[in-house]
Amino acid sequence: MSITRDEVAHLARLARIALSPAELDHLAPQLDQIITAVAQVQEVAAEGIPPTSHATGLTNVYRDDVPVPCLTLEEALGQAPAVELQRFKVPRILGEE
Amino acid sequence: MTRDLTGMTAAGLSAALAAGQVSATEVTRAHLDRIAAVDDRVRAFLHVAADSALAQAADVDHRHRAGEELGPLAGVPVAVKDLFTTIGMPTTCGSRILQGWHPPYDATITRRLKQAGAIILGKTNMDEFAMGSSTENSAFGPSRNPWDLDRVPGGSSGGSSAAVAAYEAPLAIGTDTGGSIRQPAAVCGIVGTKPTYGGSSRYGVVAFASSLDTPGPLGRTVLDAALLHEAISGHDPCDSTSIDAPVPPVVAAAREADVSGMRIGVVTELAGDGYQPGVLSRFAEAVELLESLGAKVTEVSCPHFKYALPAYYLIAPSECSSNLARFDAMRYGLRVGDDGTRDAEEVMALTREQGFGAEVKRRVILGTYALSSGYYDAYYGKAQQVRTLIIRDFDAAFGQVDVLVSPSTPTTAFGIGERADDPMAMYLADLCTIPSDLAGNAAISVPCGLAPENGLPVGLQVMAPVLADDRLYRVAAAAEAAFTGRWGHPLLAEAKGL
Repeated sequence: MSITRDEVAHLARLARIALSPAELDHLAPQLDQIITAVAQVQEVAAEGIPPTSHATGLTNVYRDDVPVPCLTLEEALGQAPAVELQRFKVPRILGEE
Repeated sequence: MTRDLTGMTAAGLSAALAAGQVSATEVTRAHLDRIAAVDDRVRAFLHVAADSALAQAADVDHRHRAGEELGPLAGVPVAVKDLFTTIGMPTTCGSRILQGWHPPYDATITRRLKQAGAIILGKTNMDEFAMGSSTENSAFGPSRNPWDLDRVPGGSSGGSSAAVAAYEAPLAIGTDTGGSIRQPAAVCGIVGTKPTYGGSSRYGVVAFASSLDTPGPLGRTVLDAALLHEAISGHDPCDSTSIDAPVPPVVAAAREADVSGMRIGVVTELAGDGYQPGVLSRFAEAVELLESLGAKVTEVSCPHFKYALPAYYLIAPSECSSNLARFDAMRYGLRVGDDGTRDAEEVMALTREQGFGAEVKRRVILGTYALSSGYYDAYYGKAQQVRTLIIRDFDAAFGQVDVLVSPSTPTTAFGIGERADDPMAMYLADLCTIPSDLAGNAAISVPCGLAPENGLPVGLQVMAPVLADDRLYRVAAAAEAAFTGRWGHPLLAEAKGL
């Protein structure tokens, strides 16, 4: 067993996904199987091999610092789930004092 | 007339449009009629943009009549994967979390298609956020394979491959992260290309795995794919990973279609256990055919390719777990449970629970695991080192040969439902295509016949070094011409699903 049901529940909380108990029962063994399979990478002798995060090798790419038109207020807020006073309206982010 | 227009290639339509033999409006109407006639069975489209397509077509016709010089895609219809942002059309990425979202900006590729005068017919179905190999992970139901409607059209760009194979569009745009253009192209009997990473812009392509995601073309012929490849490619300052270099001469290479003297390497590791016998026999025939056309064929070993699949299923989920954090129910998209009693974090977790499908959840959790402290070095770090070793395998191979070849997929199209809840079986569909994604080089799938055991299409994959995309078209076009000559017709003429 490479990962337990409790660990999957913990990871789901970290990833902000409110998995149901039934879903946990379903996903945990699948994730265990997948992690066992991908752990094959640990067989590879890779001592001293540099990691590749990106295949092109480009670094520090900047574009010219030129002002261009941006979204209007209407465009930016147009798809929001809730809007108030020309701002995104979100659920409370702080606990009760 | 209608069937004639939808049966034409993009190159053929382009010539007829330029010569004034047909109008963009007629071409567009013919394809919209075809969609209306067959898409209730194929389900390639999530959104058909009939009005804007006809408006675009009228504009092209107007400019043509005014004597304006138009590009080769002016008036040619194209279907766009629902991963690209499009002003005036929804963009769902096959996900409930983005259902009803209308992006406020166009992807660079959307913009380039419009500038080229290509007619955007609509948005095609896909596995949710491009995670999958069958379109079964779409929140809106699977697309069907035009060869056999009970089978998958591949994925994640399966709506795009099905639309092209069903003559609903001559061309389509997809994205390839682990094989999501080449695999659906292969199992639908059409052509699909993953350009060199950075050769086609990711700006406005909703991100799955940013170091891998590569937009590219699908078409019924190699030349058609090349025309679309050229139209969408080139440097984009809005994408910091875009390569500032000339676009490889893919259209010229597709027209030359000459492999004499080319050195072609058969990858030892992309064969054997798990490969369908009919796939291997058609692949072997394709290699013999290329040899008969004057190519020098040798076998080349890429020993680390067997670790490509496990490395990919660490790297791609890690990147996706980070990228998909943006779906937080705050600024756009679905919001669930905001009843005044719950805080933002609870709303976020409920929204992601209801908005994401099973495969997206699996990958986000897997990526969260692989990136977590204590596991990072053993999983993500190790996968990144394997990525380096795979790039070195390619470098060594391309020191000996000009291109590499393999089957595009280990099997032909599988049945709908067959692998839907067996993630490891589904992941194997990308066994042959993943190495080129990890290395960022270019690869194409071109039809090479039907598997004798089930009469379904098999794809030949050709892989070329970074920015040598033209070599793909040279080899694929030569194979296509020789095969079509041998068969007496294009492979797709044998599709009987519709």
